[in-house]
Formats: sequence, structure tokens, C-alpha cells
Amino acid sequence: MAHTPTKGRKLLFTLIAWTIGFLIFFPILWTILTSFKTEAEAIASPPSFVFFDWTLDNYVEVQERSAYFRHFWNSVVISVGSTVLGLLVAIPAAWSMAFVPSKQTKNVLMWMLSTKMLPPVGVLIPIYLIFRDAGLLDTLTGLVIVVMLINLPIIIWMLFTYFREIPGEILEAARMDGAGLRSEILYVLTPMAVPGIASTLLLNIILAWNEAFWTLNLTAAKSAPLTAFIASYSSPEGLFYAKLSAASTMAIAPILILGWFSQKQLVRGLTFGAVK
Amino acid sequence: MATAHSRSAARLMISPAVLLLLGWMLIPLSMTLYFSFLRYNLLMPGAHDFIGFMNYRFFLTDPAFFSALINTLLLVGGVLVITVFGGVLLAILLDQPMWGQGIVRVLVIAPFFVMPTVSALVWKNMFMNPVNGLFANIFRALGMQPFDFLGQAPLASIILIVSWGWLPFATLILLTALQSLDRDQLEAAEMDGAGPLSRFFHIMLPHLARAITVVVLIQTIFLLSVFAEILVTTNGGPGYATTNITYLVYAQSLLQFDVGGGSAGGIVAVILANIVAIFLMRMIGKNLDV
Repeated sequence: MAHTPTKGRKLLFTLIAWTIGFLIFFPILWTILTSFKTEAEAIASPPSFVFFDWTLDNYVEVQERSAYFRHFWNSVVISVGSTVLGLLVAIPAAWSMAFVPSKQTKNVLMWMLSTKMLPPVGVLIPIYLIFRDAGLLDTLTGLVIVVMLINLPIIIWMLFTYFREIPGEILEAARMDGAGLRSEILYVLTPMAVPGIASTLLLNIILAWNEAFWTLNLTAAKSAPLTAFIASYSSPEGLFYAKLSAASTMAIAPILILGWFSQKQLVRGLTFGAVK
Repeated sequence: MATAHSRSAARLMISPAVLLLLGWMLIPLSMTLYFSFLRYNLLMPGAHDFIGFMNYRFFLTDPAFFSALINTLLLVGGVLVITVFGGVLLAILLDQPMWGQGIVRVLVIAPFFVMPTVSALVWKNMFMNPVNGLFANIFRALGMQPFDFLGQAPLASIILIVSWGWLPFATLILLTALQSLDRDQLEAAEMDGAGPLSRFFHIMLPHLARAITVVVLIQTIFLLSVFAEILVTTNGGPGYATTNITYLVYAQSLLQFDVGGGSAGGIVAVILANIVAIFLMRMIGKNLDV
């Protein structure tokens, strides 16, 4: 029958898909490989793919020259801090909209979404001036606040789409049994909401980690996260491909691993529930 | 089910989020609007004269604005064409029976998680560099003259870099949509003698239409604000060849310290983004039944 795939057809699709997948992934693979080369080997022509003297020197030098771990720590503080803070504000909001919806709920949700559509340059100058006058430029506190605010609509929306799937009958049953608001939240909702909250947390850490407009414009040396740290490699001094690769690998590795776990949440979170 | 008591509790729970977003939107935006009517340069402290629409006139009649507008449209349009066409093809490919589908998916999705500054610098130096880049090596091996990507075709090169990052996003969403397609329908069409092309155009494409629209709209919102890729590769140059609206406003405000002019540019950017946002909001709103 035509719709049962033959072995040959399956093999053909496997070959095509693996080739394309490899090509798309290749820039990342090439960066990782180059990070283990010496600078001379990194620009050798023709380049060698795996048969070179593997070395860890670049990693050591990147840490020594530009304090990778400090920037890594800044990235962790900004992404985790802004996400946790965002969740604290968003969980009650999403909870109330999902379980006690009113006539206004839809409008409020749509309005929240509209704040995400605001292009950052539209508010760049005021934020910059406010930060300058409040002494928040180049501070982690300032960045945590800004990154939290730009991702807050996504956090609320994601949580809302998850919470809405929790059946309301369960709450009613709990109420019939005499559960108060507190025990309702603690014993009934929380266990059912944890997976949704975890997915939201994951996706927003990724988004915050890679945020590169505000982190580039509002930081200098002290509180720069990895996005800005890498940007400092844009003006090369002498041989630097291997070091650039080592720095890049260290900047993307943590989030690449987290990201692979969050593929499904990504679709849901970034399409605001329009594609499931 | 909602009592008056739980209603007021709900209102209390939602208010911090509403107040924060309201503040985030209203305060800076009204400041931008206010600044855009002032002669206000950080290098000339004290001078804050009201000059009406002068900043807008200067910004909109500046030849740089026109090229930035064209560049923005080309950048957004170019990336959309590549990612949507590529995304549809890749999604259909990944939906076919094969060995190791999960691994291929992981490989394809990876670029989306690479931060923009890393992808831009890796592409610029290790691939597009006309002397040491991998492409130059391949060109030489084939006996051709190496091509100076960012020098000869700077905007096209940036389109390529940005597309690489967004192709996984389009693919993943279209694949998710494709997997919700009713298999029986496809099989029935196949039994009735519909070829692959007519199955694609009459069943798959209509089914994907919604997802494609969502991809186009969401990417447009993000692509209008492409910034880091330009900053670390070309700084908007050569000349204004790769300056988009976002970069132009950044340069005017934080490099030339022209707060008034930059603010006028910022308001123009907000208006442009709103045109897209209205359509996106309508799409999402239709799908939302509260």
C-alpha cells in the first residue's frame, strides 16, 4: 500500500534530513571544534576538522583575560533573578485570570500582550536617563528589573494557558469539602500547576539569557552578562578565532542544553497559545 | 462559581502585574513623546526648548531615515521569506518517517538558543571573513575568488545570519501545527489519487495557514528590533548600508546624544511596530476564548 513507507523511502528521508540537520547545526559544531585548536590551527588553510592537537588553552586564557566566570555569574543573576521575580508577580495574576475570569479578563490579557509589542528603541532614551539618574546604569539590579518587565507579558500568558487547563471542577470539589482559599491554593492548585510553572521558568531563563538589546545598552564592564562579554570580542587584536570560539562555546553551552529540554514549551510560550 | 469575595481577591492578585506593566509602558513612552518635541542634546545641558515637530521633520527628511526604512523592510522581508519557505519545507521533511527523528530535531532547533552576539561574531569571523573564513577556504579550494560577504553584500549577509537564528523557530512551530493534521484526511486523499503536490496545496498548506500567519507576525515584531547582530558585525555600515530603524535611533540617541531627534525616531518605530501588532493581536484574540 502506498501509505506504508517503504524501507527505501525511509532511508532517503533519513539521509536528506540528517544532511540538512548537520548543515544547520554546523556553525555551532565548528565553533566548538575551533575552541580546542591553537590560534594557528584555527586559521589554517585548508582547515582540519578533527585531526589537530586538541588543547584547552583557549578556555584558560579566556577566563584569565576577560573573567568569563564573572560574566557568567552576571548572566545567571539576570536571567534567574528576572524570571523568579517575574513569576512572583505573574503567578497570582495568571491564577486569578484563569480561575476567576471576569468580563475584563480578555481585554487585560490582550493589553498585557500589547506591551510586549512595544519596540525597545521607543523607550530606550527615558530608560537610559532614568537609570543614569537613579544610579542603576551598569548594575545587576537595574537589568533584573528591565528584563523582568520585558518578559512579564510572556510569563503571564504562558502561566495563563497552563492554568486554564486545570479543570475547575476539582476546585469546586475542594470547596465543597470545605477547603479555604489558602488550602485550595496549597494542596489542590500548586501540585497541578508545578509543571506549567517549571516550563515557564525554563523558557524565560532562556529568553533572558539571550536578551541582547538592554544588556548591551545598559551595561559597561561591571555588570555585563555574556551577551555583552562576547560583543567585546568584536574588535579583534591579532589572532583570536580560537579564543572567540572558546568564549562563544562557554556562552551558549548552558542555554543550549536547557533549550533542548524546552522545545515544546517554546512553541506554546512564544505563540501566546495561538499554536499548540 | 466566583463569589464577590473571590472576585475582589482576584483583583488584588492581578493588580501588581497590571501596575508594573502600566508603569513600564506609560512612563517611558510619554517621556519619549515629550522629548521628541524638545531641542534636547546631552552635550548641551540646560537647553530644553519646545520646538514642535522639528525633530520629526529632521528625522523623516534625513536621507538616513529613508535608507534605514528600506533596510528594515528588506531585513524583515528577507528573513521572513527565507524562514517561512525553509520552515515549511523543513517541517514537512521532519514529519516524514525516518530514523533518528528526535536527533535531527535537536540539531535543527539549536541555532535558536544561540545568543545574537555569538551567532553574529561566529558568522562574521569564522565563516564570512574573506581571508580566514571557512567560506573563503571553500571558494579557494574550488578555484574561485573569495567573496567579502560583509563588505560586498553587508545587508544580505546580516539577513543570512538572522535567518539562521529564526529558521528553527519557524520550523518548530510549523512542525507542531503539521503534526495536528488529521492523518486520515491525507490518506483518504492519497487513496483518491491526489499526488504529493496537490496534497500539499489542498490539504497541508490550508492547514498550515494559521501557523504561518502566527510565525510571520511574531517574527516581524522581533525582526523590527534586530540590533545586536548589526552592532557587532557592521556598526550599521558601510555608510548606512546596514542601518535599520532600531540602529538609527540607537546611534542618534546614544552615540550622538541627540535625545530629541532620537525620541522622534523612537516614536516613529513605535508607530511602525503598532501597524504589525494590530494584526497579530487580532489573530491571537480570535483564538482566545475566556
